Amino acid sequence: MDWQALVLSLRLAAATTAILLAVAVPLAALLVLGRGRWLAMVDALTTLPLVLPPTVLGFFLLVLLGPRTAFGRGIAALLGHPLAFSFDGLVVGSVIYSLPFAVQPLVAGFAAVDPALVDAARLLGAGSMRLVTSLLVPLARRSLVTAAVLSFLHTVGEFGVVLMLGGDIPGSTRTLSIVLYDQVEDFNYAAADRTAAVLLGICVVLLAAIYMSGQMRGAARGGRGA
Amino acid sequence: MLEIELEARRGGFAFQVGCRLAAEWTVVFGPSGSGKSTLLRLLAGLDRDRPGATTSGRVVFDGEVLTDTGRGLWVRPGVRRSALVTQQPALFPHLSVIANVGFGLRHLDRTVRAERVAEMLELVGATELASRHPRQLSGGQAQRIALARALAPAPKLLLLDEPFSALDGAASDALLDGLQSWLRQNRVQAVMATHDVSDALAIGAEALLLRQGRMAALGPAREVLEPERNRLVERLESH
Repeated sequence: MDWQALVLSLRLAAATTAILLAVAVPLAALLVLGRGRWLAMVDALTTLPLVLPPTVLGFFLLVLLGPRTAFGRGIAALLGHPLAFSFDGLVVGSVIYSLPFAVQPLVAGFAAVDPALVDAARLLGAGSMRLVTSLLVPLARRSLVTAAVLSFLHTVGEFGVVLMLGGDIPGSTRTLSIVLYDQVEDFNYAAADRTAAVLLGICVVLLAAIYMSGQMRGAARGGRGA
Repeated sequence: MLEIELEARRGGFAFQVGCRLAAEWTVVFGPSGSGKSTLLRLLAGLDRDRPGATTSGRVVFDGEVLTDTGRGLWVRPGVRRSALVTQQPALFPHLSVIANVGFGLRHLDRTVRAERVAEMLELVGATELASRHPRQLSGGQAQRIALARALAPAPKLLLLDEPFSALDGAASDALLDGLQSWLRQNRVQAVMATHDVSDALAIGAEALLLRQGRMAALGPAREVLEPERNRLVERLESH
């Protein structure tokens, strides 16, 4: 078992999830509460990573963050190293790649909040920030958890973007998915079995935790209503 | 003094009202779909950019321009010094009654806020409900809390859209009596929408009659609602 790759995958997923939640909450609130035709474009751009082949996204990011563009050179000058083929670069790629997995559940959760409650809060002087922090987020807690878990799992299982943008550098960009790919290429199926089982286990346990918490919440509500 | 000059379109429904409301209490009377809720929501500053809707016109309250679409002015709800209480209490389900009533008092010191919340709960006769959550309240109790929450930030214009529909007649009358004297003491102008002619006559004051989104009459309630009153009396006598 490549423990270094496992730790790297979990670190990448945790960093990506934290950044994604910070970005996705205001973005989802904007999509739900905002008005204007330009929001359709924001919506489309947010959803794009869902349908774009990961290798295409990885390639674009590789070019954008590499020395071929002024943006890439600027970032490299700022950080002291290029973002491509680095852990930080993987985080940037993962945030973009997993964006719809964080935004979509939040949009669904925020949109389900009764508009009469939003009106009531506005009438009592709540601005956009307070609407989000005092009303939308507390009332869509489950969507927030779903967004966090989906983002985390999607990042753990990421392959195409990681390979294109990060390559296969041990301790820096070699995640568990890359290790699995290497093991299969080497016909080391016994090791690949173990790596795949770990990836599968992480996904099943976290998804089961979400659904169980949902069932417990439902049962608690049913109990109170009885 | 409330000066209104508003035109709005909501799908196939056209709304046009121009009037001056000077009385302490004005009852907006009309059948369902006559535009009562539309009027109150526009006065509260809601529905500015609702999809498929257009609004234009001017609203001036005590000399302060709240809406003037010609100049692109639309004071947002919450800073209009107005409050709206609707049939649906819309209490925040994750907050206690105390937190609901104190929601609009965030700018106040904690002690002052607690005093204000207690005062409002006493006004609506709901002191004993303070620690409950909305799911533990009946429909009538929830409407009382919604009223307390709306009054807490000390609005100068109170808009009521059939707010006591879940209260029985005696409870509604008692609450209305207390509310009327509190509003008088605090110099708050009230506009209340109802389709119940007995409510409208009991409150008295001025009545604005709406029909199909247009103003049909404005004047003393006894005069404006005379035909409605006669119809009600005839109906009662025929039974």
